Amino acid sequence: MAVLGAEIPVDVAPFRLSGTVYGTLLNHRSALAALADKFALPPYNAPPRAPILYVKPRNTLAMCGDAVEVPPSAAEAACGVEIAELEAAACLGIVIGRTACHVSEDKALDHVAGFLIVNDVSIPHSNYYRPSVRYKARDGFCPLGPKVTARARVADPDALTLRTYVDGILVQTMSTADLIRSVARLLADVTEFMTLAPGDVLAAGAAAPAPRVRAGQTVAIEADALGTLTNPIVASA
Amino acid sequence: MRARVAYAGALHEATPLDRPGGGSGVRLPGLRLADGRVLAEEEVIWLPPFEVGTVIALGLNYADHAKELAFKSQDEPLVFLKGPGTLLGHRGATRRPAEVSFMHYECELAVIIGRRAKRVARAHAMQHVAGYCIANDYAVRDYLENWYRPNLRAKNRDGATVLGPWFVDAQDVADPANLNLRTFVNGSLTQQGNTRDLIYDIPYLIEYLSSFMTLSSGDVILTGTPEGVVNVMPGDDVVCEIDGLGRLKNTIVADASFAR
Repeated sequence: MAVLGAEIPVDVAPFRLSGTVYGTLLNHRSALAALADKFALPPYNAPPRAPILYVKPRNTLAMCGDAVEVPPSAAEAACGVEIAELEAAACLGIVIGRTACHVSEDKALDHVAGFLIVNDVSIPHSNYYRPSVRYKARDGFCPLGPKVTARARVADPDALTLRTYVDGILVQTMSTADLIRSVARLLADVTEFMTLAPGDVLAAGAAAPAPRVRAGQTVAIEADALGTLTNPIVASA
Repeated sequence: MRARVAYAGALHEATPLDRPGGGSGVRLPGLRLADGRVLAEEEVIWLPPFEVGTVIALGLNYADHAKELAFKSQDEPLVFLKGPGTLLGHRGATRRPAEVSFMHYECELAVIIGRRAKRVARAHAMQHVAGYCIANDYAVRDYLENWYRPNLRAKNRDGATVLGPWFVDAQDVADPANLNLRTFVNGSLTQQGNTRDLIYDIPYLIEYLSSFMTLSSGDVILTGTPEGVVNVMPGDDVVCEIDGLGRLKNTIVADASFAR
């Protein structure tokens, strides 16, 4: 287990990741559209307003090449259902370069060191009211990488295409042009209430439906300028 | 029992000390730095008393508080995670946005992991506990939304998770399952409970969490709060007490303090 993801190459300041990773939910048009007919119904009763965030704790962090384990038994499965598949959600990871507190949208990118790919792995779940932390916080459920690409080398973070391949077959293409909140807008809205520190990663949101993967398969997420993040899926020992 | 404090240009480990008062025979609480200097508690800057790893928090883990919030119990602990930016030490200041109507403290027993825990059985769980401290885990209810509760805008705000004042070694807490918790707002008792009323106790939480996430030294479990949460306003002094762990003080401040 890569405890801090500290070995992921970062050749711009702050030259290392802090190990703190946040993700953003429902920030891609497809993800929001998939739930639009439930907004007015209990238990949600209203569409999301502020960015909906989650934490990928340090035990989840993994590097390119690390195996992602499918949970071992039905006993540990969500809702008692045997888990055969995981979701592998491709996200653009924003790497903070300078402390970002209450930043404005027009200055937000000044606080960004660069970008990487985040594979936000989850146990599939259909209720988003109060999902168990077990779905997203398992060991190894957050591969990052393969490196941090400096902001200056990314022409427009709001026009990046991320392609997900399972065993070499293209299963999803998502564009950051379809994010509800752009990279800069997201940083402004998030840092209104929580400061991001140098080396923190904020995943900007995944498309729906997320590709499903099984033990024995390999998932690779590739983006122009960012490289390819490849991780085998294995059955838990 | 030890603290991490900043004083005169450096970080220090400190231990508690009864300090003689000014000739009146009154003894004032104080501390001694590792280098020998003796100080009053208000002379130093208090930091969270250990290097904090993953912050794991429990929602609705006291039956009375769950009832207070009209909550129907579930079949597993309600766990959420917090980031490092929300942490604050003893005697710090926490911002209350002017626009909100209900911001409240939550006095909680914080359990600090000392040894890596992966798939640990209940019977061995307590061997992985290094110690305890007090936590005050603020919430701004106005910002609570019904997506991925409790969302971070309500529960992971800058400076809204207070830890301290002391790291108390596990061996110095005879029975963590029987500790009184009390919160005072401007000196008035507003919240009381006892850790014997936890719905999910400490060994269960370690067994449950370590079944899917490896816990490491410095990870901390905030075990939830009993009933008695009330709104706090700028200028309020909030003191959380737990038997044997000390008194954790915090002051609520307005937006202006943060140039908002």
